This record gives sequence, structure tokens and C-alpha cells, in this order.
Amino acid sequence: MVNQKEAAQPLLSIENLRVQFEGETGPIVGVKDVSFTVNPGETVCVVGESGSGKSVTSLSLLRLVEFGGGKIVSGRLYFRLDGGEATDLAQMPTERMIDLRGDRIGMIFQEPMTALNPVFTIGRQLTDGLRRHRKLSAAEADTRALELLKEVRLPEPERRLKQYPHELSGGMRQRVVIAMAMACRPQLLIADEPTTALDVTIQAEILGLIKRLKRELGMAVLFITHDMAVVAQLADRVVVMRHGEKVEEGPVERIFADPQAEYTKALLASVPKLGEMRGKPGPEPLRIPGQPEPVAPSPPTESATDRPLLSVNGLTTRFPVKGGILRRVVANLHAVESVSFELAHGETLALVGESGCGKSTTARSILRLVSPLSGDVVMDGQDILGLDPGELRRARRNMQMVFQDPFASLNPFMRLRKQVAEPMLNFGLAKGSELQDRIAFLFDRVGLPRDFMRRFPHELSGGQRQRVAIARALSVNPKLIIADEAVSALDVSVQAQVLNLLMELQAEFGLSYLFISHDMAVVERVSHRVGVMYLGRIVEIGSRADIFENPRHSYTRTLLAGVPIADVTQRTLKENAEFKPLPSPVFPVGQERPAPVYEEVSPGHLVLQND
Amino acid sequence: MRKFLSTKALIGLALVLLVVGIAVLAPLFIPPERATQMVMTARLQPPSFDFLLGTDQLGRDLFARVMLGAQTSLTIAILAVGMSIVLGLPLGIISGYYGGRVDNVLMRLIDALLSFPILLLALTISAVLGPNLQNTIIAIGVAFTPFLARIVRGEALRIVQMPYVEAARSAGTRDGLMIVRHILPNVMPALIVQATISLAFAVLAEAALSFLGLGTQPPQASWGLMIQASRQFLDLAPWTALVPGTALAITILGLNLLGDVLRDVLDPRAR
Repeated sequence: MVNQKEAAQPLLSIENLRVQFEGETGPIVGVKDVSFTVNPGETVCVVGESGSGKSVTSLSLLRLVEFGGGKIVSGRLYFRLDGGEATDLAQMPTERMIDLRGDRIGMIFQEPMTALNPVFTIGRQLTDGLRRHRKLSAAEADTRALELLKEVRLPEPERRLKQYPHELSGGMRQRVVIAMAMACRPQLLIADEPTTALDVTIQAEILGLIKRLKRELGMAVLFITHDMAVVAQLADRVVVMRHGEKVEEGPVERIFADPQAEYTKALLASVPKLGEMRGKPGPEPLRIPGQPEPVAPSPPTESATDRPLLSVNGLTTRFPVKGGILRRVVANLHAVESVSFELAHGETLALVGESGCGKSTTARSILRLVSPLSGDVVMDGQDILGLDPGELRRARRNMQMVFQDPFASLNPFMRLRKQVAEPMLNFGLAKGSELQDRIAFLFDRVGLPRDFMRRFPHELSGGQRQRVAIARALSVNPKLIIADEAVSALDVSVQAQVLNLLMELQAEFGLSYLFISHDMAVVERVSHRVGVMYLGRIVEIGSRADIFENPRHSYTRTLLAGVPIADVTQRTLKENAEFKPLPSPVFPVGQERPAPVYEEVSPGHLVLQND
Repeated sequence: MRKFLSTKALIGLALVLLVVGIAVLAPLFIPPERATQMVMTARLQPPSFDFLLGTDQLGRDLFARVMLGAQTSLTIAILAVGMSIVLGLPLGIISGYYGGRVDNVLMRLIDALLSFPILLLALTISAVLGPNLQNTIIAIGVAFTPFLARIVRGEALRIVQMPYVEAARSAGTRDGLMIVRHILPNVMPALIVQATISLAFAVLAEAALSFLGLGTQPPQASWGLMIQASRQFLDLAPWTALVPGTALAITILGLNLLGDVLRDVLDPRAR
């Protein structure tokens, strides 16, 4: 427990920290004279976009930044060891620093898949630190490790100690990483984006766990994140960073209610907040200060024939799992199971769900980038699954795709002009000056300067690349764009701009979107209708209002309950949140799952009855 | 361009130009008999004013031999590696791009070739076709093909799964254009690295073939042949190994430096 006298003095005080990296053309400043403090028992969130220096700041505290080629050039990092005098970590000898790491200061990393060593058991990794810092015997360390696993509420802790990291799910691994960080009862826990790689329900569990441990053990938490919603749920105080500098600092309530810096205002405006679209008829672009007023897409056009643009019926895609010496098919991964939906002209249908639920495979099956096992896909009156390769090639002109990773979706060896021109040349849509005009038009339309046409992808930022990918998709005048997590890899402010662009383009060209996402708040912003996927099936589908305001299926409710809301007045984080882990979608050969039965609770709002 | 003119690039370029210059010009200035003329009274002589780099066990001038041997060694190495690229690149790309049954059949073939020791394979080809320069090149070229094909296939497999290839596919790009525009340029960095390493090995492979009597025929000079011949006199006359060895090292260093630069120049990301 923290006594009053101690609480008055900061546990950690960073003064004018400056970190440089050696670049090819000279030193690059990663952190520019940043100062802030962390009091005992306090949660301070450092929030910022990529390149803001938030991670570098946290790594500097443990002097881990030195391993990444960085150097603490100036500044002081005062840390009050067990209520004693403040010592400057920046000046501490490396030997003492090693003693401190994992003992008085614990750290949780972003990627639970790589933060654990795959060749050692969980028990071994947990006890290492205890034996090193606490000089415990093997037996004592084992007992303590078990206690720790119980503390982080890992199911079946005795068994886990003997398991290897790959045998655990992502959420369980992150619990182990937290247990390791907590092992020596650190005074300060540094968490660097600990939930970014996790699904929403698991994120809610982990955030709840950190909150509970902080309260029970009275430790301070320095939480690094890009996610304003997480900040709103967890922080006592907030430090906003940008380009290596501190933009603003203050209590969380003040930052959200009355942000002072322009950047903070823009950042907050860029974050879609779950629930804020309640009662609104259609998708609505985000209003960002300093950006022109966005255009709202019009409601879906009623087609004269009253025929949906895309109609998917009973789509099933399975991947064989091979095993044994003969590499025979031993089981099937049921990625997509009897998925049916319709998409009208000018409409956005969002498919949401957690990783592995089959939403991406559904998209790829529609384009026949993977071969579905059965079902019907009818696009604009054409049966896609029955086409021969030549017909399929022509049919794909109407369906274009925008991918998640802006770094991988453009060919690094091709100039952007050529990449945007390629689809048009493939279909002989334009040539010569007409082609050049069209490329220039597309660059203008997605908000890229024309001189970018001669550039290569690596010269662009992630958001700009995603704009090129959108221009490329638009070039053939498609009727449907499948956006597969198209904004997930982008920073929030860039994400907001790209979302607005997508909505504008929809209004202008009457596009239909199949919008695949794991982010409920984003989905609420952009979609007319929403389908929730779980284990390869759509468990609930309906209008946006149906899903967000009147969720019927238990999984939809779970999903919505897990989403952190970027609103300090709505702290919904539960300390003991426990969600059912996702069951395996692998089934033995020949096992058929019963055909889905839906109940229509209101027109167009279907809920799966048998699962 | 800044990167292309780096010190590394200039050294690499200078070394390669030096070696290529020697290979081209040496035969014009040094009469071929200088390399074969045996002076029995001056066997295994250390470098001196008469013999700049010393003599070998038959009293032949090592300077003349290393200069004239450059052409033989370089020609064989470059043509053999060129041949392995011509054969291995399409094999690797087709295998990696189409996958499935095509890949299975091609790769089993490659594995079969790989299961022979390179030298045995080259030896067999050379023995069947007859020992001359042209057949040595074919033998080494074929023997190196599986390694190159394997590496290209691995890269192609990785690239085929990249979203930009899927995007191009859904944008109606046909297979031929897909390979030329998207697969081939992205395979190049790995190919260049492999090719420069292969050049060094090709020089040595030629030496081994020559040693077994199937490569360059004595008394014609090649670096590989010289290195092999020096084996027995290492303690008496180390320069007989050092002279061709240094020539080979300089060539390989130059090629590797140039290969690195070439890879950077071709890659727009590194510019």
C-alpha cells in the first residue's frame, strides 16, 4: 500500500528526455525534450500516432532503446526506488540497470506471439526472473509462478506451467506476459500497446486485468497506446505526443472534455465513438477540425429492377488440413459456412467479427481468389462461381478489392502511375492521352498530388498508399469495392480521412461496399447494414440500427460489450471480464454442420437460431 | 544516383573493370607462348625481376599465366552462370507462380538433380559431351541450375501471396504480364545475390573439372587449373597458389560489391 507522504512525490519523473537515432544523413531525433511524471499508483497513458516517439520514450526508461540503435542524448529519468531517493536511470551503470529491469520496472510488449520464447515452457520463463531477482529456489519459484498464473486468471494454471507458448491462445499468452512483468511486484508497469494485436473481447479482458492488478498492488502504470478509446477507459492522466514532442498533458477528463491543442482536438474528432450514430439514418463522415466539410453518402439507390447488386447464397469455403505420413486430408477448416446475404446498389454492408471468423475468406471467395466449396454468388445477374477463367476475368472488373496492409498491396518496383493504369490497360478501357487524363483524375479524386504519379510506393506514407490502392480499384469503374480491413493499419487521423474518402466516393459514384472490419465503432460509422460473423457463419444480420441498438444474438452482445468507448463518462471496463474463447473451426472430414436457421425478428433483421 | 557512386560501388566497379580489362587485353599484349613456355632451369622460382610473380613447377611464368588465364576463367564463369539463369529463372518462376502439380513435378526434377554432388553431375555431363571449353560451360551451367531455380521458386512463392499480386489478379492481369510486371522485378534482388555468389563457385568448379582432366586442357592456363596444380608445392612455393588465388579473390570481391550496388540500384526502395 502506498502511504500519503510517498504519494506526494512522483515515482517517475522524466525531464527533458531527448533520444537520437543514427541515420544515414545524420542523427534523427526520436524524442524531443519530453517531460512528464508518473505518481505512485497512477495510470498515465501516452497516446500518439506512429512516429510520435511514444514507444521510444517507454523503451528509454528501461534503456532498452540502446538495443535499437537509439541513444539518450540528454535529459534525466528520475525513478524513486522503493521510497528511497530518486536515481537517474539515464546515468545508471548497465549492471544495475539489468537488476532493475523486470524487478522494479516491469514491461509488457505489443506482440504476445513473439514476446515469449517458443522453446521454453511457460513455467521456465516465469521462474527465470524470480530466481534471478528474488534468489528463490526452484521449488519456491514454481510455487510463486503458479500463484502468478492464478493472479492473472489463466484457466488451468497447473497445466499451463508445463506448456509451451504455441499451445496457448493470444489472449492467454498476453496473460502470461503480464504475469512475468508482475512477478517481482514492480513499482512501475510499462505496457507498450499490449492489446493492439488482440481481438476486442480479449482486449477487454486484458485491460480489465491490468486495471485490477494496478488497484490490488498499488503500482503505477505507464500505458502506451494509439487508441483513444483505451485511453478513455483506463487513464488517470494523459500525455499526447506527436513527432517526438509532447503536445499536451492533463487529467483524462480534461483532455477529453476540453482539449487545448489543435492536434488533440483533431485526434479526438477522428475517433469514431461507438453509440454516437444512434438514431442517424445513414452513414456519416467524421468532422475533423481543419479539414473541409465532408460529403455524406446518399441512401442506397432503389434499383429499377429491384435486384440486389450482389447476392450470396449458402457460400461455403473449407480448407483441407493435411496430416500423417501420406499427407492425407485429416480434417477441414470450415472457414465459411453457408453464408448468405444481399448487397444493394450504393449500399455498404459491413462484415464484422474476430480474427478467424471467416470474414476475409468470404470476401476472397466472392472474388474467387479462393475456390468456394459450394453456394451461389450472383453479381449483377451473373453467376460468378459458374464462370470460366476468361469470363471470370471480365466479371472481376465490376468487383475490386482494397487490402489491409498498405505496404504490401502495392508493387514496390512499379511507379504509381503504372499501378493505377494497369487495370485500365488490362481491360483496354483507355489509352494514350485519355489514359493519362484518367490517371490524373483518379489521383485528384483520392486527394493525392499529381506529381506522386511518378513516384514509387516506398516514398509514400501508409495513408497515401491506401489512397493509391483506392485509386487503382476505382480505375475500372467497379460497382462493388470489397474493403478488407482497409483502414485497420492506419493511424486514427489518417483512418478518418480514408473513411471519409470512401464515403464521398460512394456518394459520387454510387458504389457498393462490402466493408470487412473488426472495429465496431468504424463499422457503425460507415455501414447501412451489418452482418456479424462467428466461426464461419453469419450469426446476425440487419440494418445498422438493428445490430447496434437492438442486438439479439449473444455473440453480437459480447462483441459490443468488449468495445472500449472513447468517452471518459462511459467507463464500461470490467475488472473481471471473462469471455468464452473462440472454439476451433477445424472439423473432422465428413462432419457437416446443420444448415443455419434464422429467425426474422423484424424485416431484414435475421438472427441465427441453431449454433 | 548518390548511392551508386558510393565508395563501395567505385571499388567494386574498379576491381571488376580491372579484371575484365585484363581478360580482354592480356591476349593482345602477351603472346600465348609466354604462358606455356617451360624454363626447366627456373622451376618454382620466387618472384624476381625476370619473373614478376615467380614460376610454377614447370618453370612457366606465373604472371603470363594469371593474365592469360583470366579470360578462360571469366568466360567460363560468366557463361556458365548465365546459362544457369536462363534455365533456372523460368523453371523457378513457373514452379513458384503456378504451384500445385506443376510445382511438384518440376521440384522433384530439381531435387533429383540436387541429390547429385555438383561436381559429379558436371563431371558426368562433361564426360558424356567430351572435354572442351563449351562443354565445361554447359556442365557447370546445368549443375548450378537447381540451386538457382530453388531460390527463385522460394521468392516467387512468397511474392505470389502478396496483396499486390491478388490486386493485379482481380484487376484482370493475365499470367504473362503478371510474371513480367510483378513477379520478375521482385525476384531480381535475390537472383542477383545468388548469381554473384555462383560466379565465384563457377571459377572453382571449373578448376575442379580441369583437375580431373575435363575442363580447360593443359597447357592452356586457367586460374582454377593453376590453383589445383599448386597444391603439391604449397610448402616449397606458396606463391604458385597465392597468385591465382589473389586474382580470384579480387574478382569475387569486385563482383560481390558490384552485385550489392546493382541490387540497390534496381530496388527503388533503396534509392
